[in-house]
Amino acid sequence: MGLTNNSMGMKAVNLGLEIKKQSLDDKVIALAGNPNVGKSTVFNELTGMNQHTGNWAGKTVSNAQGYCSTKNQAYVLVDIPGTYSLMAHSVEEEVARNFICFGNPDAVVVVCDATCLERNLNLVLQTIEISKNVIVCVNLMDEAKRKNINIDLMKISKRLGVPVVGTIARKKNGLAELMDIIDKVTDGTITPTPLCIHYEKEIEEAIEVLEAAVKNITGNIISSRWLSIKLLDQDASLMKEISTFLGINLCDSSDLVEALEEAKAVLDKYGIDPNKFKDKIVSSLVLEAEKVCQGAVVFEKEGYNLSDRRIDKILTSKATGYPIMLLLLAFVFWITITGANYPSQMLAKMLFWVQDQLSVFILYINTPVWLHDMLVLGIYRVLAWVVSVMLPPMAIFFPLFTLLEDAGYLPRVAYNLDKTFKRCCACGKQALTMCMGFGCNAAGIVGCRIIDSPRERLLAILTNNFVPCNGRFPTLIAMITMFFVGSTGGTLASLLSAILLTVFILLGILTTFGVTKLLSNTILKGVPSSFTLELPPYRKPQIGKVILRSIFDRTLFVLGRAIIVAAPAGMIIWFMANTTVNNISILNHCATFLNPFAMLMGLDGVILLAFILGFPANEIVIPIIIMSYMAQGSIVEFDNLFEMKELFINHGWTWITAICTMLFSLMHWPCSTTLITIKKETNSWKWTFFAIAIPTFIGIISCILFASVAKLFI
Amino acid sequence: MNMNSLNDINPGEQAVVNALLSSGSMRRRLLDIGLIENTVIECLGRSPAGDPTAFLIRGAVIAIRSEDCENILVTRK
Repeated sequence: MGLTNNSMGMKAVNLGLEIKKQSLDDKVIALAGNPNVGKSTVFNELTGMNQHTGNWAGKTVSNAQGYCSTKNQAYVLVDIPGTYSLMAHSVEEEVARNFICFGNPDAVVVVCDATCLERNLNLVLQTIEISKNVIVCVNLMDEAKRKNINIDLMKISKRLGVPVVGTIARKKNGLAELMDIIDKVTDGTITPTPLCIHYEKEIEEAIEVLEAAVKNITGNIISSRWLSIKLLDQDASLMKEISTFLGINLCDSSDLVEALEEAKAVLDKYGIDPNKFKDKIVSSLVLEAEKVCQGAVVFEKEGYNLSDRRIDKILTSKATGYPIMLLLLAFVFWITITGANYPSQMLAKMLFWVQDQLSVFILYINTPVWLHDMLVLGIYRVLAWVVSVMLPPMAIFFPLFTLLEDAGYLPRVAYNLDKTFKRCCACGKQALTMCMGFGCNAAGIVGCRIIDSPRERLLAILTNNFVPCNGRFPTLIAMITMFFVGSTGGTLASLLSAILLTVFILLGILTTFGVTKLLSNTILKGVPSSFTLELPPYRKPQIGKVILRSIFDRTLFVLGRAIIVAAPAGMIIWFMANTTVNNISILNHCATFLNPFAMLMGLDGVILLAFILGFPANEIVIPIIIMSYMAQGSIVEFDNLFEMKELFINHGWTWITAICTMLFSLMHWPCSTTLITIKKETNSWKWTFFAIAIPTFIGIISCILFASVAKLFI
Repeated sequence: MNMNSLNDINPGEQAVVNALLSSGSMRRRLLDIGLIENTVIECLGRSPAGDPTAFLIRGAVIAIRSEDCENILVTRK
């Protein structure tokens, strides 16, 4: 299926529309729903897949598909982006509408939030206007119960004329019933008879004039009533899609054009201009939803979300909003640093013990010495360093962060910071994309799709790299621990590390604001556009599940990357260190070549080279530095950071070198994965170039400035 | 009856929507979340920096910037 959607270069969204059936008999089920109603959780539970979930609107940015089956039937499940409506105002809405309309799903499941059912019905009503085979899945029934919201599903089902199933997706409650209903709807045991939404009589009159002519052309492929409304709405994009998908050009039919003119004349007669028409359609939908819920959704207690409001008062008030944000950030870092220390040392001991055994074994089977060196001292050692230094902090930070995300804290961060973003002529949702960046910059950049204005989205994309990702944290932590906190360990030391790290992150955030403002005043001029930000209800995070899953995911991800990226890099470094030209290794040649400039930046040639070679993944920067120093002769046996510090100091490091390394780690070119993502999302080499140039330039300048000033004081 | 913009409604107060003056995508977004005439909304609080402001609109909490509130006319309840 080839969609022609060139708006904003978001082709990636559309790629997901291609349905891959496992067998021809597979039936296609679309999962629609408002943002943040647990749609992805339903999808994950049914398909056993692992789509990103979290408590904020806009996580699912492209169609995902998965498979599930009942004893009678196999299904392809398509998770379409969450939308409030199908009016095709945004790319996501267009994708959703096109899929429901032209993707030929055998049934559409609209997932709703039980705590906010009335608003969710707006989308249900729009969906049943297009398609008959609609099933409503009222999710989060447990939340509703907790808030004393009583929902009469039978009554709602009767009023809507389609099956309604209550579920608690994260506990798998009701999903079997949902699948059973899907079976029955797709095999025809149940035939939904959706209610017909009645509009004001002036509009009904116009629809009546038009509908027969529409039916003549499209037959039963598309609901003629719905299409008539869309024609009156002058929905140009839909007309284009219809000619693409059905090969029918509606303007070719003179009957239809005539009827349309006549219908428009009817609207004119009543003084309904296109804007008024839109308003009236939406109002009727909202009022219809109100009617469906009347007496069927009962709030048994006034102030049913009182506890949410209380938490909001604490997390977003003038006095406590910002301090709590900072404290939370520092607290997460503190746990990460404290928790990572011990496993890091243990892993190092274990992995280097394995190295010794490996070494003995490889030599025992008569492998040539150069091959042994390359495998063990090159590849294995870099792998061991990546795993022992980088993995533990990542495996701790990521789940902690996911817990905050699950609980619903991230939108509050956006809410708190929005005014600052507005001053930079940017969008408050940029705070959400920055938070994503803590996990992975590439993910943060994909997340920028939640920002509607193309200009503001570009701002967010170009500055995302100033938030250090999971791959760069451990570098920062290692530097702080080695050079600024002393070797005593203990609570005080880890607290101090956490505070220093927080200060550094704040520096990154300030840079983000500064650069955003600068871009808004120069190459990306514009005024802040209007936006709405939803603050979802707080939810109790699924602690056990989150921790297990994210540690497992992270571990696999890092190990995978270690094998794909770090292993070859280790081999290259080994070659560079052991191939000599004029009696000096290539590594030394490169480092010597880079040295003068690197010294200017407060670094040395090896560090700069490590950053360059670390382009595929930031995780390998420190391992490369260690490798290079060791290859240069001074071999130290070590299994903890303090022996590492000795190695560094032997190579001329001072606290200035450490700070400059941290600065450059925070501000340099994005890793290759991130750049590929930026190219994909912006669809422009120019912006990809800027994404490299801006942070690199700022990083170099800050390092040079800091190094020169610091040296003055020594 | 005295008409206010949404900016005049303070935290804790309720108001009824009289008219939406916003246009373009903002207007559609507000309609999508159910902000039509006669909808009752409640002001819940302001961001620490004073803007945006959070409102309870048909069961959902939505934050809106002051520039946009300016275009939503309401009557205090």
